[in-house]
Amino acid sequence: MKPILQIENLQTHFFTKAGVVKAVDGVSFDINAGEVVGLVGESGSGKSITGFSVMGLVDAPGKIVGGRIMFQGEDIAAMSPQQLQSLRGNRISMIFQDPMMTLNPVLRVETQMVEAIKAHDSMISKSEARARARDALGLVGISAPEERMRAYPHQFSGGMRQRVSIAIAMLNRPDLIIADEPTTALDVTIQGQVIHEMQRLCEVTKTALLWITHDLAVVAGIADRICVMYAGRVVEQGPIASTISQPLHPYTRGLMGSVPSQNRRGQPLQQIDGMVPSLLNLPSGCAFQNRCAMVSDKCLSEIPEPIDVGEQRLVRCVNVGQEPAS
Amino acid sequence: MKPILTVSNLSKDFTKPLDLIAKLLNKVGQDNKEEVVHAVDDVSFAVQRGEIVGIVGESGCGKSTLGRMVAGILSPTSGSVEFDAEQTKASDLPQALQTQMIFQDPFSSLNPRKRVIDIITEAPIFHGLIARKQKNEFAAEMLQRVGLDSDTLQRYPHQFSGGQRQRIGIARALAVSPELLVCDESIAALDVSIQAQIINLFVRLRDEFTLTYLFISHDIGVIEHISDRVIVMYLGRIVETAPISSFLQTPNHPYTKALLAGVPRLEVGKREYEPVSGEIPSPLDPPTGCHFHPRCPFASERCQREAPLLRELSAGHFSACHLNDEAQP
Ligand SMILES: Nc1ncnc2c1ncn2[C@@H]1O[C@H](COP(=O)(O)OP(=O)(O)OP(=O)(O)O)[C@@H](O)[C@H]1O
Ligand SMILES: Nc1ncnc2c1ncn2[C@@H]1O[C@H](COP(=O)(O)OP(=O)(O)OP(=O)(O)O)[C@@H](O)[C@H]1O
Ligand code: SF4
Ligand SMILES: [Mg+2]
Ligand SMILES: [Mg+2]
Repeated sequence: MKPILQIENLQTHFFTKAGVVKAVDGVSFDINAGEVVGLVGESGSGKSITGFSVMGLVDAPGKIVGGRIMFQGEDIAAMSPQQLQSLRGNRISMIFQDPMMTLNPVLRVETQMVEAIKAHDSMISKSEARARARDALGLVGISAPEERMRAYPHQFSGGMRQRVSIAIAMLNRPDLIIADEPTTALDVTIQGQVIHEMQRLCEVTKTALLWITHDLAVVAGIADRICVMYAGRVVEQGPIASTISQPLHPYTRGLMGSVPSQNRRGQPLQQIDGMVPSLLNLPSGCAFQNRCAMVSDKCLSEIPEPIDVGEQRLVRCVNVGQEPAS
Repeated sequence: MKPILTVSNLSKDFTKPLDLIAKLLNKVGQDNKEEVVHAVDDVSFAVQRGEIVGIVGESGCGKSTLGRMVAGILSPTSGSVEFDAEQTKASDLPQALQTQMIFQDPFSSLNPRKRVIDIITEAPIFHGLIARKQKNEFAAEMLQRVGLDSDTLQRYPHQFSGGQRQRIGIARALAVSPELLVCDESIAALDVSIQAQIINLFVRLRDEFTLTYLFISHDIGVIEHISDRVIVMYLGRIVETAPISSFLQTPNHPYTKALLAGVPRLEVGKREYEPVSGEIPSPLDPPTGCHFHPRCPFASERCQREAPLLRELSAGHFSACHLNDEAQP
């Protein structure tokens, strides 16, 4: 089976006064139909810009300067503006951390949803569109959708607004949803509800999901595969279970160790010393070199290429395999 | 031993002014009124010296309001915050300095026009804790305590990373030798790997200086890691408080259980979320009786009518749920 989304060596750079910010610099990964892929990494590592690149939402001074994004076998870069328009919101949709990126504050929820449906299906009658909108709200767990859909976004709580934006993202049965920190602003119990709805909907509709977050634990609970980004590159990717139980890249290992866990209460957390280098001014060689415990001469001169270590795992570290994974 | 901090029947009400949208809607005929929020509602607890007490609960449940009252930067509507004079007079400080607050945002809480050395030494010089000529040496020592290089003393805050700025904020707090640190989401804005650095720092400082902490966070994983005791709040009230071991092993309140069940955990792996239903009610119009009853799977008619009181289940483990009455003979 061919992946629904193939990102090959994507490079998205920002040409700023201070210099070129290589926000995304050689990212490659695939998403299969119905699959949930978690894209994790620290702030500024390029997660959102990767998602925006797929959606064609990168604005100046940013530009995709290299690589290919194939959606269902078609090169997104070769699409006409109309094709892109119908791709967005129809076959691919995006959910943002702030639901107000999707919602218009001065329109009733109903109006927005009906418009979204009509934009992609001009033949549909108003009452049919309304019924579909109402059902979509019901599906994301909004009670009394018939009444609630007449409300304005500000009359909903944060969690409900996010659910409305999920309902809108699902309206046209997309094949892929890119969700950028969709639950980060939500409280634990509400986050649980939203994850639950997304999991269920994607299972039923076989929608593929790219879940962007800095929260490893969330990804551990929902993803089939994980991609770990550092300074604009995917440094490790693989199936979720083996990657989490046996991380191979020194950065992934450090990251896992710094998440508090019930099993390690009372012990100091493992910490990754130092900080992320400036993307304006990356060192030659591996971007993680200044924080890495395994650093060697090779790391300083050579940008590590993805190494296939088997079991569908790829790791960008020249020293992987040099030391038994712990 | 006597607690170093005793909070008794502490409450804070806010009158909520109308927001812009409500004002606009009023112009077109709606009738939105100013309302009163019981942000903190009759809260009592005590903290031992050297203890780290974690405070969890969902957005708007009153954690920050409680923290700010304990830190003395917000006056209560009623109730009291008392420090044990025996244990605090050693530091010879005005009461206000016994407690320092460390905020979420390391960016806005530091004066951008001041050098690190002045940020750290301003308060201790003002209060006569150190002499002006000790400034350099003192600031260098504070920086060293929080793991920063003393050659950064002359720099400005914008020349540091987020984690480093948070360390400067901590150094500034430590400079007046407080007994109690109130950390309000102090690590929430930091990256995971940097969070770990700061959490380790807090624990080390506790061990070295017997500092006491109120540690406010919505991140239950972090709370579990750092706390000796946990307080769970829901809409202004304490619904459960327990030593960390009981909190983890025998959580009692249905809300606590729902919270714990919803926490994403690295070690659990792929799973189905089965969340508690319902929205967090508006603090402007909290449910009657037990505030949690509209979302509680065990709610009975009594829960709608009558607010449950905190009841001790085992040593130091209190929970406010009517189910505990039924369990008793
Ligand atoms: N308009 C812009 N101009 C210059 N640099 C930009 C611009 N937008 C993003 N960047 C840079 O691109 C890099 C990647 O940003 P991105 O938003 O993808 O990070 P992220 O991984 O999503 O982080 P976060 O977790 O904070 O959302 C960052 O270093 C950011 O500063
Ligand atoms: N200055 C204020 N004026 C009016 N209402 C306030 C004020 N400060 C807080 N509140 C209200 O008091 C309640 C408790 O707020 P508080 O900030 O203490 O919650 P919190 O638990 O810290 O939430 P969060 O996790 O979002 O920080 C909320 O309903 C809030 O809207
Ligand atoms: S008092 Fe009632 S509603 Fe409240 S938590 Fe207990 S059972 Fe649930
Ligand atoms: Mg982002
Ligand atoms: Mg707060």
